[in-house]
Amino acid sequence: MNAPFSKRAAGVNLSRRDVVVGSALVGGALLVGCSPADLMSAGSKVEVGAFGPFIKIAPDGLVTVISKHIEFGQGNHAGLAAIVAEELDADWTRVVVEQAPANAKLYANSTAGAQLTGGSSAISNSWTQLRTAGAATRTMFVQAAAAKWGVPAGEITVKDSVLSHKSGKTAGFGDLVAEAARIAPPASPVLKDPKTFTLIGTDRVRRKDSVAKSTGTARFTQDVQLPDMLIAMVAHPPRFGATVSRFEVAEALKVPGVVEVFEVPSGVAVVASSTYAARIGREALTVEWNEDKAEKRGSAAIAAAFRDIVAGKGPADLKWEGFDSKGDAAAINAAKAGPKVLEATYEFPYLAHATMEPMNCVAAVDGNKVKLTFGSQGQTLDQLNVAKIVGTLPGAVEIETLFAGGSFGRRANFPSDYVAECVHIAKKVGKGRPVKLVWTREDDMRAGYFRPLVIHGVRVSLDKDGYPAAWRHRIVSQSIMKDSPIGGKGPDQTAIEGAAGSPYLKAIPVVDAQVAFPDVGVPVLWWRSVGATHTAFVMEHTIDQLALKAGKDPVEYRRALYRKAGADRHLAALDLAVEKAGPKATDGWSRGVAVHESFGSVVAQVAEVKLVDGVPKVGRVVTAIDCGVAISPDQIAAQMEGGTCYGLSAALFGEITLTDGAVDQGNFDGYRVLRMNEAPSVETHIVPSGNPPSGVGEPGTPVIAAAVANAVLAATSKATQRLPFAGQTA
Amino acid sequence: MTATLDVNGKALSVQADPATPLLWVLRDELGLTGTKFGCGMAQCGACTVHIDGQPVRSCVTPIEGLSGVKITTIEGLGGSHPLQQAWVKHDVPQCGYCQSGQIMSAAALIAQNKAPSDDEIDEAMSGNICRCGTYQRIRAAIKDAAAGKLDLAQAAGVAALEETAEEMAASAGATSRGAGR
Repeated sequence: MNAPFSKRAAGVNLSRRDVVVGSALVGGALLVGCSPADLMSAGSKVEVGAFGPFIKIAPDGLVTVISKHIEFGQGNHAGLAAIVAEELDADWTRVVVEQAPANAKLYANSTAGAQLTGGSSAISNSWTQLRTAGAATRTMFVQAAAAKWGVPAGEITVKDSVLSHKSGKTAGFGDLVAEAARIAPPASPVLKDPKTFTLIGTDRVRRKDSVAKSTGTARFTQDVQLPDMLIAMVAHPPRFGATVSRFEVAEALKVPGVVEVFEVPSGVAVVASSTYAARIGREALTVEWNEDKAEKRGSAAIAAAFRDIVAGKGPADLKWEGFDSKGDAAAINAAKAGPKVLEATYEFPYLAHATMEPMNCVAAVDGNKVKLTFGSQGQTLDQLNVAKIVGTLPGAVEIETLFAGGSFGRRANFPSDYVAECVHIAKKVGKGRPVKLVWTREDDMRAGYFRPLVIHGVRVSLDKDGYPAAWRHRIVSQSIMKDSPIGGKGPDQTAIEGAAGSPYLKAIPVVDAQVAFPDVGVPVLWWRSVGATHTAFVMEHTIDQLALKAGKDPVEYRRALYRKAGADRHLAALDLAVEKAGPKATDGWSRGVAVHESFGSVVAQVAEVKLVDGVPKVGRVVTAIDCGVAISPDQIAAQMEGGTCYGLSAALFGEITLTDGAVDQGNFDGYRVLRMNEAPSVETHIVPSGNPPSGVGEPGTPVIAAAVANAVLAATSKATQRLPFAGQTA
Repeated sequence: MTATLDVNGKALSVQADPATPLLWVLRDELGLTGTKFGCGMAQCGACTVHIDGQPVRSCVTPIEGLSGVKITTIEGLGGSHPLQQAWVKHDVPQCGYCQSGQIMSAAALIAQNKAPSDDEIDEAMSGNICRCGTYQRIRAAIKDAAAGKLDLAQAAGVAALEETAEEMAASAGATSRGAGR
């Protein structure tokens, strides 16, 4: 049975982040004694037209859908526009998308209470909101036509932005826009029966930005050029937590084009008239760092400490927090590995997001007014952080959100790291002069906010039929939420989601699952699919090892557990993927299966793999997804293709290491990522569903690593206990 | 120094240190921002342009020695190049940041090879990273464009592409925004 919509819409993955961002707002509001909504809307320049904050219609009939969410690849602009166009019965070829300004009152993520794109929620949180907006606007046009033509509104039809009456009268949206704008919007317009959708679910729902992005005309932060704009680069400390001790500016100032050099909280800024001058100026700088409070451990030492904790040899004062636990765990806690008991440890390294566009921002500070022009993923959070730096109200921080060259979570973090850095510089420059902060690839890769290094320890006993009888699970990770503006109740969900809530744990009578969060001075952050980046691997690869131990087929093994857990959506996705994959693997390739639910969607994959020089090569990947109503089948497929590549890149090669606290990798030579010759061929099949839409941007990422490990297990009987695969021999 | 560069068929004069990578001259001095900065060390291909028809990484190519060669950027493809049409038809881009470089590498490939095999595509394209993982659509689009297999009437957004092409033709030689600062 499908989970009820309310629960899925809220999403286990979003809930904690919602609370945090919402509370950040409240915290700011308390500061000045007004409501969050007033605070956020104060001073922001948003003119809401007759058709509300999401729809504009021009006299020529062009429909503009205003997106409250940033587009950084996910295809949400197409999906959001399609939701409006469907209910409005607009001509899809005459619909364009515009990015909303920063204003939490109008443009908050409905599940977050703040303007934020994350948790794969853009479509799901906008679904009812934009359907209602589209339907209300349609009603206004119908009423305007009815009044003008003197006919009953019920006799008017709308198709492709044209209103018609059986008498032969017709008018386009453009013809009636003035009259329609004078009609009061209905409070509760009637929404379409999804069975009557003509646009949603069709291959006509395509990206709106492909032309701009195929001609070099799409505007990214990197491309912003404003009159009098300066370019800034910052010398950062080599270790996290270090600060500037002293610095020499003379040589840097000799570089032609360098305008100013000064200290900011995150390092030493070099401000210049061009990017090249800023870079050469920074190279000429001498900085000494105070490393008293810096993290000086290497990643090997951190991993060793985590391994000790998993093995129960951690510091006595480190707290374990339970989740999903039930039954009497005494037996499993005392059990030793053997024919009926599987024991496994899994290690996951730090990962960089490594977006194609390194982090950057353009800021202009003029007294208490700030204008930011960049790819903002969390506008409200950015407004709050920037307001604090400048000493102004968040509403006085205007943000023009641009396309971003990827984010995968990186552009939204609690202190708004790179945004804050840019604003500190622009504040010092002052007078409203725009400053573009440019990070090099090395700046970006060494700035932290990595996917945490995580270690899991799992011990599972089998019952007489070969199914799990008791499951002991220990997770050790840094907490992503620890640096959030507030604490939360219960363990940090971002480290356990996917293990917590797993249908397998539901199907097992005894579970003892606990997590511990040691402190490490390396900044960590969500990374496309967050907790699932490791929990999906652990759960899915463990299941295949258990099936192997029990002498059962891994697909049948899963089916039995899903039936027991009532996980019908998992079962349906698995069945569809297996059916579409066909009965036999391609000659010479072995198959692995994995299934995981994240962000309200279930993804099942069958991967075909062969080992080349000990490293898996992935060929065909058959994917099935249940994401509720499929708005754009083509963009869902695109996200499965891309999400799979992103997950596979990390699984095969992804690893950030630190030596004595300094990040070893700086560029793509050291941090290897998936390239064309390594990319699989991904087929996507969508489970038919009438449920409201759920996530698509992230759920395609976490499944592939386990599917590949399971294929390797099938071929070699060897389990994978550490990622990346390419680091196995290291 | 003052250098004269032949960019997209126009002779343009720029003031820059001879060691300056072409990338930054194109972007900061000539305002041709379609060519992207990704890594600065010829690892990712986002900065790919053509020099006399050959794909090069402009982030590691100093402007010194570029007089007398023909430089072509994404803006110089004109906007309705078969690859650009194929990119739109397949909705290749996601975040879009790497796609100028991808298209420039592909354009150099299909200029010489009208029927590239998968291996040839791999060889020509493996210097271009796409973190969104659009590789399989890139492959499909290259094959379509190389074979001239474009059903333009079906290609979404072709009208818009033509409009863009006209705008780009008007500014392909670049204005000198930022030049001479």
